[in-house]
Amino acid sequence: MCGIVGLFLKDQSLAPQLGNMLTDMLITMTDRGPDSAGIAIYGEDSIGKTKITVQSPNADSDFVGLAEELGKGLGVAVTQTDNDTHTVLDIPAGQFEAARSILAEIRPSVRIMSRGENLEIYKEVGLPKDVADRFNLSGMTGTHGIGHTRMATESAVTTMGAHPFNTGSDQCLVHNGSLSNHNSLRRKLRREGVTIQTENDTEVGAAYLTWKMMNGATLGEALQSSLDDLDGFFTFVVGTKDGFGVVRDPIACKPAVMAETDQYVAFGSEYRALVNLPGIEDARVWEPEPATVYFWSHNDSPTSQEKAA
Amino acid sequence: MQTYDLESEGLRGLNSTLQKQSGETNQTNWQVINPKGSHAIAVGLDAPIEVTVKGSTGYYCAGMNQQATIKVEGSVGPGVAENMMSGQVIIDGDASQYAGATGHGGLLVIKGNASSRCGISMKGIDIVVHGDIGHMSAFMAQAGNLVVCGDAGDALGDSLYEARLFVRGSVKSLGADCIEKELRPEHYEILKDLLDRAGSDAKPEEFKRYGSARQLYNFDVDKSAAY
Repeated sequence: MCGIVGLFLKDQSLAPQLGNMLTDMLITMTDRGPDSAGIAIYGEDSIGKTKITVQSPNADSDFVGLAEELGKGLGVAVTQTDNDTHTVLDIPAGQFEAARSILAEIRPSVRIMSRGENLEIYKEVGLPKDVADRFNLSGMTGTHGIGHTRMATESAVTTMGAHPFNTGSDQCLVHNGSLSNHNSLRRKLRREGVTIQTENDTEVGAAYLTWKMMNGATLGEALQSSLDDLDGFFTFVVGTKDGFGVVRDPIACKPAVMAETDQYVAFGSEYRALVNLPGIEDARVWEPEPATVYFWSHNDSPTSQEKAA
Repeated sequence: MQTYDLESEGLRGLNSTLQKQSGETNQTNWQVINPKGSHAIAVGLDAPIEVTVKGSTGYYCAGMNQQATIKVEGSVGPGVAENMMSGQVIIDGDASQYAGATGHGGLLVIKGNASSRCGISMKGIDIVVHGDIGHMSAFMAQAGNLVVCGDAGDALGDSLYEARLFVRGSVKSLGADCIEKELRPEHYEILKDLLDRAGSDAKPEEFKRYGSARQLYNFDVDKSAAY
């Protein structure tokens, strides 16, 4: 199963409530994925900075003096903002790869959840409600966000196996379904130099899109080619710095409902996830077509671009 | 008119109350408020009552219906009216995948669009869709009528048995062993009756009929690629 929710705000006056609305949607999808949950949230621009969200099973010891030590290693000022098992490290832009190798040395048990100018990812094993509570997800603000509730099929129930997955700056992916050619594709992508941290099928899907975009594809083009190159079942929701996209495989067994008003575009695996959104009674509600790429961007004002590819 | 608030009174109470109604009940009119996309609303009914759902529903609304008339003033999730035996299910909005799957009888009316696999494995149900239907509709459909006032998606009627398919608009592609067939006078009668009962003003002569070429009924090694 698995549940997906997504919310893209057109009306930024809703930004302070983004976390609150997404959390309600996420918890409603508990029935579809009670074993782990995660959220990717796109907050304020940190111009000239990269945010690295890291997680540790030993947060109490690992996070002590982490920013200071990392800053010393990089020779720059680094700050950290702790949130339960996660902390967000703010480093100067362009230093991510250096920071990744220093982190591996100074804190071997710390795992990188995400990096980007705006993106933060929080995910853990447990009921969506408990995961939301421990990170206070409902208090978060932002322009858009994606959440996932997991019922594991293709890899173990672990923090690293939870969604969303981040494989490139400010990119993230959540998935309902299962990919069947992920092992061969993982080997190929690793040879191409893409970092893949787990044996999870979805991370390979995310890495595939990152690889396509590294080679000059737009997100729309990358999603379009995923229809040819990925085998298996999928409904994907993809986040980028500017917006989010949706694509379903041609068979389209995995459910998807979308709603759009003047204020937002929302995605849910089921309509239930959307029922508490403001103005849902008058929203345009529809099921995204199979094998069709949809994308909404904050740059395409006033109305976003549908079926971009 | 009996009103049931699904949000405060719960799903089990709704279905057990509705399932207890018999042919002699004088509580023949029910409305369900606050459905909020819930699953399995008004399933397993077996009495000539009318139930109106005031809003959109989730999976498997009106499943296994017998005798009852169930109206949804909204859209429905996957598997609406699955395995219906008799009665009527009327959807004001759209229906998600496999609407009317495996239905044996009764009439399912969808006033919006239906998505993929509409009428899959239908066994005698009549389905009228005012809008379009998605891919793989009427897959392995055995009996009954599927009427589509709009367009049909890919692979319509794949591996079809004896169900009759009527489409007014375009068909993106036909599935294996599904072919266009002549619309004879008896088919106009069937169509006219179904369109009338479904509240559609489409005209029978605007439709094309599709059915089984009956070439896949028995295994034939020369056709193995089509199975």
